[in-house]
Amino acid sequence: MENQSLKINKTIKLYIGGQFPRTESGRSFVHKIKGTNKPYANVCQSSRKDFRNAVEAAKGAQTAWEKRAAFNRSQILYRVAEMIEGKKEEFIDLFKTTMGMTKTQATNAVELGRDAFVYYAGFCDKFQQVIGSINCVSGPFHNFSSPTAMGVVTLVESDEFDFQNLCASLAAIIASGNTVVAILGQSCPSVLAPLAEVLATSDLPGGVVNLLTGNIEELYAVIGGHREVQSVNFQFGSKEMLRTIKESGASNMKRIVSAKKPALCLERITDHVEIKSVWHPIGV
Amino acid sequence: MAKKNKKTQKNKSKKTQPKKGFHFEYDEALESTAVVKLKKKYGLFIGGEFKASKSGKTFKTENPATGEKLAELALADKKDVDSAVQAAKKAFKAWSELSGKERGKYLFRIARLIQERSREFAVLETLDGGKPIKESRDVDIPLAANHFFYYAGWADKLDYAFPGKKIKPVGVCGQIIPWNFPLLMAAWKLAPALAAGNTVVLKPAEQTSLTALLLAEVIQEAELPKGVVNIITGEGKTGAALVDHPDVKKIAFTGSTDIGKTIAKAIAGSDKKLTLELGGKSANIIFEDAAIDQAVEGIVNGIFFNQGHVCCAGSRVLVQESIKDEVIAKLKKRMSTLRVGNPLDKNTDVGAINSKEQLEKINSLVAIGKKEGGRFHEVDCALPKKGYYCKPCFFEGQTPASTLSRVEVFGPVLSIMTFRTPDEAVKIANDSNYGLAAGIWSEKSSKIHKIASELKAGVIWGNTYNKFDPAAPFGGYKESGFGREGGLHGLYPYVEVR
Repeated sequence: MENQSLKINKTIKLYIGGQFPRTESGRSFVHKIKGTNKPYANVCQSSRKDFRNAVEAAKGAQTAWEKRAAFNRSQILYRVAEMIEGKKEEFIDLFKTTMGMTKTQATNAVELGRDAFVYYAGFCDKFQQVIGSINCVSGPFHNFSSPTAMGVVTLVESDEFDFQNLCASLAAIIASGNTVVAILGQSCPSVLAPLAEVLATSDLPGGVVNLLTGNIEELYAVIGGHREVQSVNFQFGSKEMLRTIKESGASNMKRIVSAKKPALCLERITDHVEIKSVWHPIGV
Repeated sequence: MAKKNKKTQKNKSKKTQPKKGFHFEYDEALESTAVVKLKKKYGLFIGGEFKASKSGKTFKTENPATGEKLAELALADKKDVDSAVQAAKKAFKAWSELSGKERGKYLFRIARLIQERSREFAVLETLDGGKPIKESRDVDIPLAANHFFYYAGWADKLDYAFPGKKIKPVGVCGQIIPWNFPLLMAAWKLAPALAAGNTVVLKPAEQTSLTALLLAEVIQEAELPKGVVNIITGEGKTGAALVDHPDVKKIAFTGSTDIGKTIAKAIAGSDKKLTLELGGKSANIIFEDAAIDQAVEGIVNGIFFNQGHVCCAGSRVLVQESIKDEVIAKLKKRMSTLRVGNPLDKNTDVGAINSKEQLEKINSLVAIGKKEGGRFHEVDCALPKKGYYCKPCFFEGQTPASTLSRVEVFGPVLSIMTFRTPDEAVKIANDSNYGLAAGIWSEKSSKIHKIASELKAGVIWGNTYNKFDPAAPFGGYKESGFGREGGLHGLYPYVEVR
C-alpha cells in the first residue's frame, strides 16, 4: 500500500472568460465511457446562468479580439495547434479511454483537430481577399465591400463526437473576430479539460472561446432569446430545438446556420461574417 | 476641390435664397401624365397572362397626393398564390437549364425596355406612390434598369462568381417588396434571382403595385418564358400565403422589421432560405472637420429624400458639439428652401406621404417626440389641401434613449444628437437594434476609414448619403436583416453551393 502512489484525478470544470469556474448550479453529470455504464468523470451540468455568464464574457472580449490584426489572430490560432501538439498524449489517452478508440484512431483524431487550427490560422488574414470586393460604382467613390465579424456566436456541438469538427467549428468562428460560447455534446464532455487548458495557454485572450458542458435540453431554449448572441451554429440533430431557436432567434434577427459542412472550408467562416460596403469619397 | 465646391454652393444658395424683403414663388412645372394609360382594373400576372383573381375580389389603389382612386387591383388569395407558384414551378426546369448567355439576354432586354419606357414608369411611380417626379425619373427608374443590366451580365459568368464550386439555382423564390421604392425593389429582387436561374413569384406592396404590373407588361414584351416571373397583387394575407407555400424554396422580403421577424418565425420549421432587408435608424455623423455646407446637404438628402420613406434614411444626426449651432442654423435655412407639395411638379423636393396610415403613424411619433420634450422645428410652408403630406421637421436635443432615436419613423422626421469625441459618436451610432447604414462627414480621409471600420452597419457613406448602385452590395447588420442585395454578394442568396 505505502509504495503505491494514488492517482490525482483532474476536476473538470467549465471554461468561461479565460477562467475555470465550476457551474454556478453546483450540479454535475457522469461522463460514461462509451458503450458502457462505467463512469469516467463527473462533469459540470451548466445552468442557464452559466450560459449567460459565458455570453457576457464573450461579449466583453469581442471588440478587442476583432480589432487585433488579422495576422495576430492567425498566429494565436497557430499557437493553439502548437499547444494541442504538446498535449497530444493527454488527448489520445482520453479518446482511447472514453471513446473506445484505438491508439491509431485517437492519434488521427487529435492530429486532424490540430490541423484544423492550422488551416483556419492561415485563413484569418485571407478570407477577406477571397470574399471582399471592389465595386465599380458610377460616381466619384472608392466603393469596397469587406467582411467583418458578427459578434458573439453560440456553437451547439453535435452529440456524435468529432474532434476535428469541434476544432474546425471553433477556429472558423473566431478566425474572423467573433467570440464563441460552445456547448459541448454529451458523448465526450471531458474533452473540455485538455482543450480549455490548450486555449488558456495559447495567448488567446480570455472570453474569446468559452466552453460549457451540460444538457442541451435544458439550455437550448435560452439561446435564441439572448440578445447579445448574434449568431448560432447549431450542429445538434434535433429539428424541434432548431425550430425553437429560430423562432426565438427572430427577436434580434440571429443568423442561424445548421447545415453540415466539410471541416475545412471557406463557408465555415462566411457563415459568421457580415459584409460591409463603404462608399469613400474621391476628390481633391 | 472641396473649397471650390463650398464656394459654388455658397454662390448658389445666395442666388436661390430669398433676400430680406424680397419674396418670390416658383411657377408650377407639372410633368404630364399623358404618357400613362391607366386601366380601370388590373389582373394578376400568372404564367405569362393577366388573370382576374379566382375569388373575383379586388382592392383599390390610390394616389396619395390627392387621395383619389387610381385603379382596382385583383386581390390574390391562397388559391391564386398556389397557381402562381405552380406556374413558377413549371417554368423552373427549362429556365434553370437555359444557358446563362440566353438568360442574360432576356435580362438585357428587360433593362432596355425599362429605359425605353422610363418616363411612363416614372410618372406611374409618382402617381401611385407620391414620390417627387424628379426622384422617380432620376433615381428609381434608372437604377431599376441598371440593376437588370448589371445582373444580366452575371448570368453567363456564374462560374467566376463561385470559383471552384458547383452551384445550382434554389428553385421557386417568393419575393415580397415594400411601397417606398416599388419598381426599384422589384428589380433588386428579380434580377439576381433570374440571372442565377430561379423562377419567381413577386408580391408588390398593396399601396404601390402599378409599376410592378407595368413591369409585367415589359416582361411580356421581352418574351420572357411564361411563368418565369409571376406577379400577384394583394395584402398581407397574400404575402403570408406565399411565405407558407411548401413549394417556395426561398423567401426574400424587404419591409418592416416586425414583419421580417414574423416571416422568420413562420418558416422556422422549414428548410426555406431567407433574406431580409428590414428597417433602420441610421446615424449620419457630422464631425467638426467636415465641409459643413456639404454635410448640411447630406443631412437633408439623408432624411428628406423620398419623404424619409427610406429604410436606410439618416434619421439620427450625430453632430459634434463644437459645430452644433452652425449646423442647425444652416440646416434650418436649407430646410426653408425645400419645396413640399405636388409630387408631379418637377420642382418638388418632398412629395406626398405614401398613405393615410403612414401619415398617421408619423404624426403619432411626432406627438411622442413633442411629449418627450425635444426641441421641435418644422418647415413653415403651406401643404396641399387634399392628399397626405407632412412638413419636414427635426427634433433637437435628443438623447440615445429618446423614442425618436430608437424607433423607425419612416417619414421626414429627424432626430438630432450631439457628441464630443469620435469614440462617443461610434458608441451612440452603434447603440441601436438596427444596423443598416451610416454616414460620416469629415474632410479627413483616415478618420472616415477608422469610423467606418467601427460602425456596425452594412452600408457606410463617406461625405455622401443615400447613394445606391447595382454593383455595391446593400444590406444590414443586426435587426436590419440579413443577406445582401447588389453586387457579387447579391447572387449568394439565389444559389445552392454544392
